[in-house]
Amino acid sequence: MKTTWKDIPPVPTQQEFLDIVLSRTQRKLPTQIRAGFKISRIRAFYTRKVKFTQETFSDKFASILDSFPRLQDIHPFHKDLLNTLYDADHFKIALGQMSTAKHLVETISRDYVRLLKYAQSLYQCKQLKRAALGRMATLVKRLKDPLLYLDQVRQHLGRLPAIDPNTRTLLICGYPNVGKSSFLRSITRADVDVQPYAFTTKSLFVGHFDYKYLRFQAIDTPGILDHPLEEMNTIEMQSITAIAHLRSAIMYFMDLSEQCGYSVQAQIQLFRSIKPLFSNKLVFLVVNKIDITRPEDLSPELQAELQTILKAGEVEMLQLSCNTLEGVQEVKNAACERLLAERVNQKLKAGTTSSGAIGGRLAEVMARIHVAQPMGGAAPETFIPEAVKNKKKYDKDDPDRPRLAKDVEVENGGAGVYNVDMRADWMLKNPEWKYDKMPEIFDGKNVYDYVDPDIEAKLAALEEEEERLEQEGFYESDEDIEDDEEAEIMRKAELIREKQQLIRNEARMKKRLKNQAIIPRKFVKKPLSEMEDALDTLGVDTTDIAERARATAITRGRGRSLSRLGTADADSMDVDTPKTDRQRLRSLSRPASRHPVSRRDEGVQDVATRSKAERIAKLNQKRMNRMARQGEADRHTSASLTKHLVAGKRGIGKTNRR
Amino acid sequence: MRIEDCSFCGRPAYPSKGITFVRNDGKSFRFCRSKCNRNYKMKRNPRKLKWTKAYRRNAGKEMTVDSTLQFAQRRNEPVRYDRDLVNKTMAAIKRVSEIRARRERVFYKKRMAGKREKELAIARKLVAENEHLLPRLRGSEKKRLAELAAQGVEVAPEEELLSTRKNTVKAFGGEQRRLKVRVDGGVEEVVNTFRDEDGEEEEEEEEDDVDMED
Repeated sequence: MKTTWKDIPPVPTQQEFLDIVLSRTQRKLPTQIRAGFKISRIRAFYTRKVKFTQETFSDKFASILDSFPRLQDIHPFHKDLLNTLYDADHFKIALGQMSTAKHLVETISRDYVRLLKYAQSLYQCKQLKRAALGRMATLVKRLKDPLLYLDQVRQHLGRLPAIDPNTRTLLICGYPNVGKSSFLRSITRADVDVQPYAFTTKSLFVGHFDYKYLRFQAIDTPGILDHPLEEMNTIEMQSITAIAHLRSAIMYFMDLSEQCGYSVQAQIQLFRSIKPLFSNKLVFLVVNKIDITRPEDLSPELQAELQTILKAGEVEMLQLSCNTLEGVQEVKNAACERLLAERVNQKLKAGTTSSGAIGGRLAEVMARIHVAQPMGGAAPETFIPEAVKNKKKYDKDDPDRPRLAKDVEVENGGAGVYNVDMRADWMLKNPEWKYDKMPEIFDGKNVYDYVDPDIEAKLAALEEEEERLEQEGFYESDEDIEDDEEAEIMRKAELIREKQQLIRNEARMKKRLKNQAIIPRKFVKKPLSEMEDALDTLGVDTTDIAERARATAITRGRGRSLSRLGTADADSMDVDTPKTDRQRLRSLSRPASRHPVSRRDEGVQDVATRSKAERIAKLNQKRMNRMARQGEADRHTSASLTKHLVAGKRGIGKTNRR
Repeated sequence: MRIEDCSFCGRPAYPSKGITFVRNDGKSFRFCRSKCNRNYKMKRNPRKLKWTKAYRRNAGKEMTVDSTLQFAQRRNEPVRYDRDLVNKTMAAIKRVSEIRARRERVFYKKRMAGKREKELAIARKLVAENEHLLPRLRGSEKKRLAELAAQGVEVAPEEELLSTRKNTVKAFGGEQRRLKVRVDGGVEEVVNTFRDEDGEEEEEEEEDDVDMED
């Protein structure tokens, strides 16, 4: 549970509040509307403004509401303290106003957002937004007082001492000026103001000290006067609250010397009147200023009256003097001791059921506590075996001395020659086996992988399985009987495959160009012999075909026969027979006998010149090639820029659209 | 010393052979040869390379499930030396490997079952479709034989001639003798005759020569 409220953020005044929210709206949202914005966009723009403002307001209000303590959630002590200090009603109303304002702001925003949906123009939108923000602002302006009040409460709350209502506490109370603050000063390091007049202490003060390594808090309360609760002022009420609500040891201070200005009688009376608040608490009657007056010095009547208070047995009287520091530590220790005992007692009581069994949290704690006692408190006796007792001290001159490994070494040639026999101490079933040699690898297998204590059983199981498989016919093999017909088929298939491969290879060879020109098939001359051979392989008798082909073949060059001489008449007249188109064309074209002229070869008389020209060309090209320069073959026409696209000032239109 | 299995291909890596790579997480890899080491460095997956054991196992080409395979095992608890136990173990190694070899043969047989039928079917189809590619007697040869027959010399029928021709061609090839182990443990000698690759090439060259002459 929270006991301090030092981290409440400052509550702004209404003006600051407005500034924060409105400037935030201005900063965080777009501010400009341009010509040509659609109405939907304008509406969205202003809707966003209104909504954002509302959200900011809501956030702010929510953070204020969250940061202040809720009275019903805090410890009754703090609740009462807040009530006495700030007036719970006032506090609640202020917070309630915040909450209402938050709700109202949300309603306003919802309404105006709804209206904005129907706005027709920029102007309307803007006016609606103005109205919305204006109404929100008016709301906040009305919150001036609660905001101021809350900020003050915040400041005061932050300065309250951190009082933990549940820890070990000594609560010092009594009439004003009886020495409460002096006691606090003397037992803790709290810097409390001590003055010789009443009501020096106007609020609760807390000091801390350690006793038995535990932290205690001592609370100094303002003085109380003896009058009814209703008439008590705020200062006194703080004391009363503390006395009523804190689980503590109450130290009621008395000044028997009456230097404080109140009679002993009155002090006893006050004790009696606030006694109802002490129920279930430890109460000490602390007599201060014993350097001046001790209880024994009092008149018998007063002493008797004092004794009546103490008689019940619940109240213990302690004596001290803050002035001489006499009895201060004793009082403190006594009070703390009692308080601790009381608290432990209470805890035990809370954890124990009516039947006496321990349960709940206490049981968990008890389960964790274990007090260890070694060997039940008995001291063990030392045990020394007989052999150890009888052992002789080693003496190297004694002939019966035990043989050491060192002696063995010396006998066997000394250091550097002698090798320690590692196998000598092997613990085997049969000591004869010590020097056996075991193969590591056998038949290409790691022998050690097979070493297994139950190998026999496993092998037997395998043999059994083997026998079973044998009987099942697992190992029977059907001999593959080669059929003659099948063998023949396979042989034929083999021949065919061979032939196919040959055909394939041939085709591949033919396909490969090897830097030769592609010659159309009809110009490729095939010798007659090839055809003859092909037909022969196919089983055809080629004698007749070959003969006929030879007979009809046209021989190149001059024919051997003189038949033309015989038939043509030498004296006959040349007659211009009309020529066909084709014939005319033929007469103009280059004769077949002349080679097509290459530009490479033109103008070169003979082979020598040709090769020389080639050599020179190569030589010239060499440097180009070496430097990877641009050569004759790399001529390139770059794209020229179109004048109208690159020159002149730009007018309207895009680069590629002019 | 022990014979380790290659981490990549699964071949045994004998002591003093190969390379051991110890990764920085402490796992060590033994490679039987630089081929495996290089392939590992190239981050190749041994399951995808046909020449590794991992591939063969994965593809069902090797016997992976068998009781004989459970005998060799790396046991990490030391066993105290016992002469009788070792003797038994040595005997067991021999016997187990014998049984294993037998089973592996059966496994191979089963894996290959039906292969011949398949091949035969393919061959039948091939022969049926490509009869024209089978060797035939040359026209000139036929003529010569006919002439001889006319003269009264006895001539063998055409098929016989063709098959003998084939045999003569076999002179280029060789003979392979191998011992075939039968499943039941018996050993049989198989003689396989084949044509040499060189012979074919020589023949081709001769043909080329003829073309050039023409």
